[in-house]
Amino acid sequence: MTKHLISAGDLSRDDALLILDTATQLARLADRPIKKLPTLRGRTVVNLFYEDSTRTRTSFEAAAKRLSADVINFSAKGSSVSKGESLKDTALTLEAMGADGVVIRHQASGAPHRLANWIKGSVVNAGDGTHEHPTQALLDAFTMRRHLGNLESRRVAIVGDVLHSRVARSNVLLLNTLGAEVTLVAPPTLLPVGVEGWPCGHSFDLDSVLAKTDVVMMLRVQRERMNDSYFPNAREYSRRYGLDAARMAMLPEHAIVMHPGPMNRGMEIAAEVADSMRSVIVEQVANGVSVRMAVLYLLLGGNVSAIGAESSEPSTSSERELEPADTGQRRRRSDFAGEEA
Amino acid sequence: MISGTVIKGARILGAQPQDILISDDVITEVGVGLSKAGAHVVDADGLIALPGLVDLHTHLREPGREDAETVETGTLAAALGGFTAVHAMANTDPVADSAGVVEQVWLAGREAGHCDVHPVGAVSVGLRGEQLAELGAMADSHARVRVFSDDGKCVSDALLMRRALEYVKAFDGVIAQHAQEPRLTQDAQMNEGELSGVLGLRGWPAVAEEAIIARDILLAEHVGSRLHVCHVSTAGSVELIRWAKSRGVNVTAEVTPHHLLLTDELAATYDPIYKVNPPLRSRDDVEAVRRGLADGTIDVVATDHAPHALEDKESEWQEAAFGMLGLETALSVVVAAMVETELLDWAGVADRMSIRPARIGRLSGQGREIAAGMPANLTLVDPSARRVVDAGSLASKSRNTPYVGRELPVRVVHTLLRGKPTVLDGKPA
Ligand SMILES: [Zn+2]
Repeated sequence: MTKHLISAGDLSRDDALLILDTATQLARLADRPIKKLPTLRGRTVVNLFYEDSTRTRTSFEAAAKRLSADVINFSAKGSSVSKGESLKDTALTLEAMGADGVVIRHQASGAPHRLANWIKGSVVNAGDGTHEHPTQALLDAFTMRRHLGNLESRRVAIVGDVLHSRVARSNVLLLNTLGAEVTLVAPPTLLPVGVEGWPCGHSFDLDSVLAKTDVVMMLRVQRERMNDSYFPNAREYSRRYGLDAARMAMLPEHAIVMHPGPMNRGMEIAAEVADSMRSVIVEQVANGVSVRMAVLYLLLGGNVSAIGAESSEPSTSSERELEPADTGQRRRRSDFAGEEA
Repeated sequence: MISGTVIKGARILGAQPQDILISDDVITEVGVGLSKAGAHVVDADGLIALPGLVDLHTHLREPGREDAETVETGTLAAALGGFTAVHAMANTDPVADSAGVVEQVWLAGREAGHCDVHPVGAVSVGLRGEQLAELGAMADSHARVRVFSDDGKCVSDALLMRRALEYVKAFDGVIAQHAQEPRLTQDAQMNEGELSGVLGLRGWPAVAEEAIIARDILLAEHVGSRLHVCHVSTAGSVELIRWAKSRGVNVTAEVTPHHLLLTDELAATYDPIYKVNPPLRSRDDVEAVRRGLADGTIDVVATDHAPHALEDKESEWQEAAFGMLGLETALSVVVAAMVETELLDWAGVADRMSIRPARIGRLSGQGREIAAGMPANLTLVDPSARRVVDAGSLASKSRNTPYVGRELPVRVVHTLLRGKPTVLDGKPA
């Protein structure tokens, strides 16, 4: 396992499966009456959010708390961050607080890379600019696996503003690692230059893609993009690239509809689609906590070899590892130290 | 009493060793076995002698950002890099758009005494691209400005560019254009290509540079004036300039040392030390600008030395300032990119870093042959030395060099400005 989770591309296939399998086990534990695990007791996780994202922040917060970590929310509002303190100075402050892990959401692409240069703890990218959002990709893959099983050779269409989407970038990388076949669908103006070199296909025509798709993931498209002439207006956009009931009917029987949120109902997705049986959008949110628990657990206290061996026979041995607080924690710590050296 | 200087055993432009005799500010004799009673002797055994280097594109930051660089520190850095003259860009605060400001910079250069400072005048008032600055007053001032540029900003208005090109014909001036179509580069962060898409950094397409160069070539041809293209960075730009020269258009061009050596892949670090305007480009572009410089399509190397305070670089990529230091590493980088690759010899280096830039800037006292009767502006270089760049040991007030930890060839040993050493044994004289 890597020390940081900055890009979905940092994860090997084994790493990704380990996170997803661990998340499955953690999700099972969450169904029990006692939801808290002592795994990260005594560890400090800082949520450093430069962008408002209550959904992602509370998801990470819940994940860290269920692992018994001390959580510090360092939000841009009402702190020195908004008074213009530099990222570096903030990093030094977090370092002084003894942060074991920093979850960062930032409007600048690459901010988590910079942060990782300045702190000793693990950095988890919770979305940076138009770059990446790896835990979103993990929870999306988690959700897909729940519905479709193994993702090998599964076909995923990601539709919308790929150019500005960190979700799309992370999903392309992770799904490629997991063996799925991704097709990006967007007007040519909203596909990045050089997309031909990405490990995925692309199309300008949504209708031609839908019939061969197991998962269709709709990206949020801001209406304001039309002011920069990315498309003429919202009506034309949704006519050509919006997922409405007629288009949904073109999908195979088993296909699911996803959206990372927040949705623009009536723009990229029609209300009846968002609320349909095929939609797993609400479930995506719920799965976020389990996936983020797995990420924090594995980066901050997890034992790679022990858990890695379990992934072949997931259920029993892992619970033994996760549940008993004292012995498990000692083992993980010593192994973690050994891994760093 | 010491009278004059004898430089012993210097290889002029890499040729066989000769001695150079200097009286006051002039070379009086070049030959073998020269000596003069009472003259100061400089041992140049094994050193290459070049005419003092001339930079067409330097940001000295004074007035306005003396925390990043001053005329004193910037010109000392220049001398240590082997330069005897620099052109100080106009994007200071206040902008060098009047006779008063250019004379202030020119005087500060004279006081510092490390190298000649030739202020560049702004093309438009306040670099706003709306109204011509008093180009004539700057040309007639003590600073005798001949190079005009809104560098940092592009003169994007076609009519203003046309008028500026026409207007400076009255005093043999040249417009040095920072070619950057503003709409195509709004919030742009790095070279537009596959990597910019992957990194989620707003792309800066080659066409944004090339479209302006193409337009300006046609304008310069139409009005019969002199155009200089700053920091050419793309293969397409080289093609356009080659085409313009074949048509007889009076256009010259420069390339920076960093565009000769570094590529856009460095942006993947998200370390703004590699953030520069124009951005680092692809490997193919680097190849093309090297070939363009070798065949003379690109006339000169200009540093675009752009000092920035630490806090302006120690940040997120998109928040950081554009620009990198250049003066103290320029010659080494040019040797690495052009001489070690056998694209240029030492005579070629002298041509691209001294003779041609002096001619474009209309500096009669710089960039001359090393021969009797010529001004004694000299740079003596150890061709066998190598050094690892250490930001802390630079004379510049700023530290934003992209070459930290890199081993680069050659070392400037001595620099003489009109017969007077400004650098001796690699140290300020
Ligand atoms: Zn410029």
